[in-house]
Amino acid sequence: MPTNGVPTKITQGSGTKGGIGESTLRPDGTLKVTGEFAYSSDMWHEDMLWGQILRSTVAHAEIVSVDTAEALATPGVYAVMTYDDLPTEVKHYGLEIQDTPVLAHGKVRHHGEPVAIVAADHPETARRAAAKIKVEYRELPVITDEASATAPDAVLVHEHRDDHHVGHVPHPNIVHRQPIVRGDVAAARERADVVVEGEYTFGMQDQAFLGPESGLAVPEEDGGVHLYIATQWLHSDLRQIAPVLGLPEDKVRMTLAGVGGAFGGREDLSMQIHACLLALRTGKPVKIVYNRFESFFGHVHRHPAKLYYEHGATADGTLTHVKARIVLDGGAYASASPAVVGNASSLGVGPYAVDDVDIEAIALYTNNPPCGAMRGFGAVQACFAYEAQMDKLAARLGMDPVELRRRNAMEQGTLLPTGQPVDSPAPVAELLRRVKAMPLPPERQWESSEGADVRQLPGGLSNTTHGEGVVRGIGYAVGIKNVGFSEGFDDYSTARVRMEVVGGEPVATVHTAMAEVGQGGVTVHAQIARTELGVAQVTIHPADTRVGSAGSTSASRQTYVTGGAIRHACELVREKVLDLGRRKLGSYHPAWAHAELLLEGGKVVTDGGEVLADLVDVLGDEAVEVEEEWRHRPTEPFDLRTGQGNGHVQYSFAAHRAVVEVDTELGLVKVIELACAQDVGKALNPLSVVGQIQGGTTQGLGVAVMEEILVDPRTAKVRNPSFTDYLIPTILDTPTIPVDVLELADDHAPYGLRGVGEAPTLSSTPAVLAAIRAATGLELNRTPVRPEHLTGMS
Amino acid sequence: MRVNFTVNGRPQQADDVWEGESLLYVLRERLGLPGSKNACEQGECGSCTVRLDGVPVCSCLVAAGQAEGREVVTVEGLAEYARLRARDSGDADGACGTSLDEAKGWRADGADAQTGEGAGLSPVQQAFIDAGAVQCGFCTPGLLVAADEMLERNPDPSDADIREALSGNLCRCTGYEKIMDAVRLAAARQSEGV
Repeated sequence: MPTNGVPTKITQGSGTKGGIGESTLRPDGTLKVTGEFAYSSDMWHEDMLWGQILRSTVAHAEIVSVDTAEALATPGVYAVMTYDDLPTEVKHYGLEIQDTPVLAHGKVRHHGEPVAIVAADHPETARRAAAKIKVEYRELPVITDEASATAPDAVLVHEHRDDHHVGHVPHPNIVHRQPIVRGDVAAARERADVVVEGEYTFGMQDQAFLGPESGLAVPEEDGGVHLYIATQWLHSDLRQIAPVLGLPEDKVRMTLAGVGGAFGGREDLSMQIHACLLALRTGKPVKIVYNRFESFFGHVHRHPAKLYYEHGATADGTLTHVKARIVLDGGAYASASPAVVGNASSLGVGPYAVDDVDIEAIALYTNNPPCGAMRGFGAVQACFAYEAQMDKLAARLGMDPVELRRRNAMEQGTLLPTGQPVDSPAPVAELLRRVKAMPLPPERQWESSEGADVRQLPGGLSNTTHGEGVVRGIGYAVGIKNVGFSEGFDDYSTARVRMEVVGGEPVATVHTAMAEVGQGGVTVHAQIARTELGVAQVTIHPADTRVGSAGSTSASRQTYVTGGAIRHACELVREKVLDLGRRKLGSYHPAWAHAELLLEGGKVVTDGGEVLADLVDVLGDEAVEVEEEWRHRPTEPFDLRTGQGNGHVQYSFAAHRAVVEVDTELGLVKVIELACAQDVGKALNPLSVVGQIQGGTTQGLGVAVMEEILVDPRTAKVRNPSFTDYLIPTILDTPTIPVDVLELADDHAPYGLRGVGEAPTLSSTPAVLAAIRAATGLELNRTPVRPEHLTGMS
Repeated sequence: MRVNFTVNGRPQQADDVWEGESLLYVLRERLGLPGSKNACEQGECGSCTVRLDGVPVCSCLVAAGQAEGREVVTVEGLAEYARLRARDSGDADGACGTSLDEAKGWRADGADAQTGEGAGLSPVQQAFIDAGAVQCGFCTPGLLVAADEMLERNPDPSDADIREALSGNLCRCTGYEKIMDAVRLAAARQSEGV
């Protein structure tokens, strides 16, 4: 029996349709298929102007002069602003470290840094005016890697650091350093029968969300501004925007516009402040929409990394130790680099039990493009390397790679290298078993009655082979991702839930600031409200800053944290509704006082199923409303010297099996199948869960065989900022993705659920690499793999 | 300049069009039809796919002036276009596209901007919702126009046919599996006459 009088949670809602566990359809689905859904780039306002950003053409330079006269004189131009026009003393922003200039001052630190902004009555006028701004640069040497960043005479990317990491980093061009030291690696190495080492390179990946950075800033009569914006976290944006504008937060109103994907790339600000500045300067609404070229410069990317690993094992395949050094290139500004370092280091050995560990992860400041959050967030780069190491170790031991992983797989109770016990199910071995047990696609699957179908062969419609030189390979990988914000962050969400009678029917309204970026949060929010309040009709209020923060749509956290907040608020609403019922109707039936009461199908019922009242009669004209914050259990920072600490909230596990066919003569890869098994704790919406797993898997496939932002090492300039030259998987590149969903409840989490979105992005990449290695016999220590790596041409 | 063309069966006129404006820009910013999307504006992603005299094109690569006097179908008009095609399929010889004359003889009914209701959905639109093929939805309009056109030509596509026909439309969210499911579902429903 619950001690607080709350009806039994297991049974509440089980009799109401459209609740948790059902594959209900998206509430925004109809709008999205009819073209009526309003994305941030679709915003329009009478009299609006178009904003344009002028970006640096060089990566590292002093700004000698900026001349805006000709741009200002262009007909149709309403404003040109530079650093000198910023209205307050706050001229920088940033997620954790406020090191990013709103507009460059005296110096640019990466290719494509914003220098000036223009507002005009037509986007082309704004573009042409921006091109007339004359910026004179005096170029500086570029910092592009660890060697140049930490050389004795290295130029400092940031000369006057005063952030809270500067005291513990070995060099001012290192943003953050996190060691994780546990046990005694030197002694453990003595016990090892085999030791394998490897050096791995992970390329710079772009989120490549399809909806470009965009929004509309509308000046308001009280001197404030209303921003309609695509973001991952409204309140984080607000906290960074308001001080630069010199406005109190309540005068910067933010409403979430439709978001065309995010994947981490919308955690940092892009055009938000620029649009607001131009709107306040001109007194007119200002719309800014990046094109794809600008989008490649307008958001942070996934950190490229160098990873150095040593794994030891006894002859039976038991890991003795892992030693690793992970160097992440954070680029010119800090963004989320410190947290990425925390993830890469603390999850650096993967989902394996190892007692003796010595890991160091650092993020560099360089003049490369800034890097920050992307789906998988530090755990992706580490997984690529430690899984390659596990295969290498298996080969050295003459063991089956899945058997080696199974033998070392962590379980519930295993300690992470941080000393934190994994205190929920960790079915690593089971996921591997499941993914291995799936049937394999048939050999020579490209053959049909009409001969070879080139669409199913490497090279595809280029018609480069009909099966000659094509070799199949199979590879496995498994990964571990933390869920939620770690390392002591106060990671909460807020939900406002209202229940009232509308049109003769009880209706729940759920209002949060959660950024729906496509993941389907709005779908599960309605499901949770139906389950907890026993109603059919749920209205999802548009997300805005008139309700408390929901935290970020990242770290696979929203269903857990905002879902948890909604459930909590619903429980409180339910109690109030039942109290109302007891007051109004309690005298009519003794069960009001004595029975466990549930809300089901719009009625108050006893746990025995007896109907006591209709919610319409209980509520009458009254509305019951609750707004509450909700937190998951607290975490703590990692010790800066040893990395010990209970830093994580929850873990998410996925395993992949990749089947590839490689044209070994031309170095072309066709991924035939990419099977995934994942534990999701509880699938609140099975259709959406599978969609997340397939989407995450495909982003991992992309960085395995095609996706990389190429930066010229001599100039630090980006060479491929377009979808012509930066390739993401098409439907022809993407294989079938069978998914096996396991549901082992995490008792700490609402409904036992686990965050789903990121784990499949981890193991997908190393599984594909392992399969290509199996097909070719090549070592392949970098990702993405390109044809020249497979044909010996590189 | 002034551009006249037909969009979703309705004659449209856009004034003061700068010669460099794309058909996509005019649809989105001058005609209030933002359903066609601007994911790359360089002809690589297919999010802006519309039909120009029946042919699927990237509207970001079509200069607005090139549309002069021509018929454009966007995602906003897809449901009505499909409805009339289904109605007329009895007279037409199989699923061989909509003739220009037929195309000129119809117009899309307005949909409620808040709920989308009133449009009625085409089979492929409904299938995208039912199969879970919509996540962020930014690729969806272009994919719907492309998929609808493929099913018009090829009502019983193989998986490889679907992949080939949709290979010009990038999606970053779904991994395409649910999109495959949706197109298969639409094809099956179409063949069953649902």
